[in-house]
Amino acid sequence: MSLELRDIHKHFGPVRANDGISITVESGTLHGLLGENGAGKSTLMKVLSGFHSADSGEIVLDGKQVKLASPDDAIAAGIGMLHQDPLVFLPFSVIDNFVLGSPGAQRLDRRGAAAELSKLCERYGFTFDPHTPARLLTVGERQQLEIIRLLWLGARVLILDEPTTGISADQRAKLFVTLKALADEGMSVIFVSHKLEEVEALCQRVTVMTRGKVVGEVELPVPPEQLVEMMFGQMVEIQDRTEVALGRSHLALDSMRMASGLLSEDPISLDVKSGEVIGVAGMEGSGQDTFLRICCGMRTPAEGTVAIAGEDLTGQHYHEFLNADVKYLPAGRLEEGLIEGLTITEHFVLAGEDSNFFIDWGAARTRAEEQVDHYTIKGTEASTAESLSGGNQQRVLLAMLPPELTVLLMEHPTRGLDIESADWVWEQLLGRREGGTSIVFASADLDELLRYSDRILVFFSGRIIGELDAADTNVDEIGLLIGGRTSGGGA
Amino acid sequence: MSGLFNAFVDMFDTATIASIVAGASALLFATMGETISEKAGVINLSVDGSMMLAALAGFVVAFETDTVWLGFPAAAAVGVAVALLIAFANIKLSLNQVAVGFVLFALCTELSRFLGNGYVGRPPVGVPAWGIPGLKSIPFLGPVMFDHNVVVYLAYLTVIATYLFMYRTRRGLELQGIGERPEAAHSRGIAVNKMRYLYTALGGALIGIGGAAFSLDVKLGWADRPTRNLGWIVLAIVIFGGWHPLRAAFGVLLFGALQAYAIKLVPEFPSLSQVLPSIPFPAMILVLVIVNWKALLKWLDRYPFLRAILRSDPPTAIGTRFEIN
Repeated sequence: MSLELRDIHKHFGPVRANDGISITVESGTLHGLLGENGAGKSTLMKVLSGFHSADSGEIVLDGKQVKLASPDDAIAAGIGMLHQDPLVFLPFSVIDNFVLGSPGAQRLDRRGAAAELSKLCERYGFTFDPHTPARLLTVGERQQLEIIRLLWLGARVLILDEPTTGISADQRAKLFVTLKALADEGMSVIFVSHKLEEVEALCQRVTVMTRGKVVGEVELPVPPEQLVEMMFGQMVEIQDRTEVALGRSHLALDSMRMASGLLSEDPISLDVKSGEVIGVAGMEGSGQDTFLRICCGMRTPAEGTVAIAGEDLTGQHYHEFLNADVKYLPAGRLEEGLIEGLTITEHFVLAGEDSNFFIDWGAARTRAEEQVDHYTIKGTEASTAESLSGGNQQRVLLAMLPPELTVLLMEHPTRGLDIESADWVWEQLLGRREGGTSIVFASADLDELLRYSDRILVFFSGRIIGELDAADTNVDEIGLLIGGRTSGGGA
Repeated sequence: MSGLFNAFVDMFDTATIASIVAGASALLFATMGETISEKAGVINLSVDGSMMLAALAGFVVAFETDTVWLGFPAAAAVGVAVALLIAFANIKLSLNQVAVGFVLFALCTELSRFLGNGYVGRPPVGVPAWGIPGLKSIPFLGPVMFDHNVVVYLAYLTVIATYLFMYRTRRGLELQGIGERPEAAHSRGIAVNKMRYLYTALGGALIGIGGAAFSLDVKLGWADRPTRNLGWIVLAIVIFGGWHPLRAAFGVLLFGALQAYAIKLVPEFPSLSQVLPSIPFPAMILVLVIVNWKALLKWLDRYPFLRAILRSDPPTAIGTRFEIN
């Protein structure tokens, strides 16, 4: 089914999320929609799937103008949307999720639906137990379920909004194979992403959006620099790091064991100097989170000691670590870092050291405005935490850090951020490093680990399997170690 | 000690069990009503008040027309009106469901005292007894289940119908969906707010019928605030029931049974006469603690049907508004 969007306008209050967008998607193609966070991609796709109604503009399907006032209309017109966070009902079983919202007799025929489900699963190589509650599925599996549900409902245009966030590399590969197969069957697939390499790997055409407008449309492949330039206007320079002289010990672990009773675990001894950057690699859940939580005092090691700037703080309360200027920024920005419903001003007040009983809101707002300005946060001092995009949430978290830090521990500092924001984050972090702060960060992005770390620790099933000097290692070596293969070849 | 033994024997006495079964009708209707409403995402916190006003409306209409059956639609209408107010205040006026519900509870309670003043002590009107021919002669089961009246039978049929509707029909699944994740329901083409009005009204009707069942069947006639606290018990049992109709019905019966037996024990332990009637409350909390035991729930993941009955997570979107922009 071919699809044409003509001059779509949509604004929320003063924000022009879509400002005259026109896009044409040919039937049987994989069409990329590329743009940084907040470029208006999601809004456009929500308009196309009937979730939002556009202020003005036309949507034309196979040459016929259609009116999509609700998701119902969109589904009836053959447009199916897979939302960034798959809209499944977590407590409901797979089969209930599959049938909910589908047409049919009032009496639910779960067995019949399960047969349909397994037929589709077979065709696309998925496996589902119809009775499993959806909350036990991985994000990737929830996507698969949504995709076959939309196909079952007769979708001829499939929209995927940032579908690779939060799924494993395996599932991503599988998703890409499925999408290519669907395009071969004549389906139009719109792939919304802020990740260049994914759009390049998957799509035949790409439309680039910035600030609510289309800035270009090209046939792929093109040199990546061209796409980056379309997205950001100029080339993003990877600058060389300035050398920082390492100073005294900031974080020292001595024969530390994370958990008792793990025989395979060698005790960890590590000395992180001031100005040093340690990268922590490994598959999700290989022990990195526990490691970081021990380093910041949120957990107590089973054995051994943790010392900050020469002082043994083993077993001390988390507040002692905070007093020693150790700070931890976890991956869950909105879950563990920021407080939903509170404004940026309120966050700064909470994070501040001011000990007065009453809050001077006037001064607090002024200070927050300065920070919003200084850290180029897209929002105002009165914006709530959840209204900010991921990149801007990270900016707020960094802005709230105290000026002097001994050790900064971070989990996925740039996850979900567009290139510009990610570079900005690292600019800040490297600045701190020059000020003498030691940085320990966990990341799944090997390039990030290699580019910014001095040393890299690789975790595998709860222990450190390798400690590498970032200057003389490469992606392949780290990749193999993450998979549990030491250089000897054995596991 | 022999008294205690007798009290224990009494637990299995046909007449006692039959009275527990019959006495549950009002709570069963109201509990199903509240379960439906909350499952759709709307907390009707006014139950204690709307049940009371509905009980009055039911009695007054039945009394004035001398037709007991007319009392029920009147009571249902009161329940629907209050429920729709809550839905409207939340959906259209963006007001908090809990706050509006609580205010309506107080308003309805006071209104029922004021309007019912002239009806205190008037001769009661009651639903006539009607044993189901044939079934009522079955030993034990007959007198326990089938020798009551139409209202009692309907109460149990309502439980079964609510269960079948929620879990076996498309509409029922959609009802659960709008209370669980309204944006997902919306994306599947379900008119979330329209459905919320519908199910809040349906729930309100059942709450109203529960009120009428009380004044026209359980405890006949009108007195000052006859149903007081019953509505709060309904709210507690919905939670106890884990928003599942069958478990909620079980909760109603368990509550009735605990209450009946606690009262039976009073002559045995006269010094505890103040304490015993309140035993049902901590006992139900204890049961909640057990069914929320993590290890048990984990084990139950392997048995979806049991798990569905025993899970007690509230509908995720309960008490929240849904808005499309």
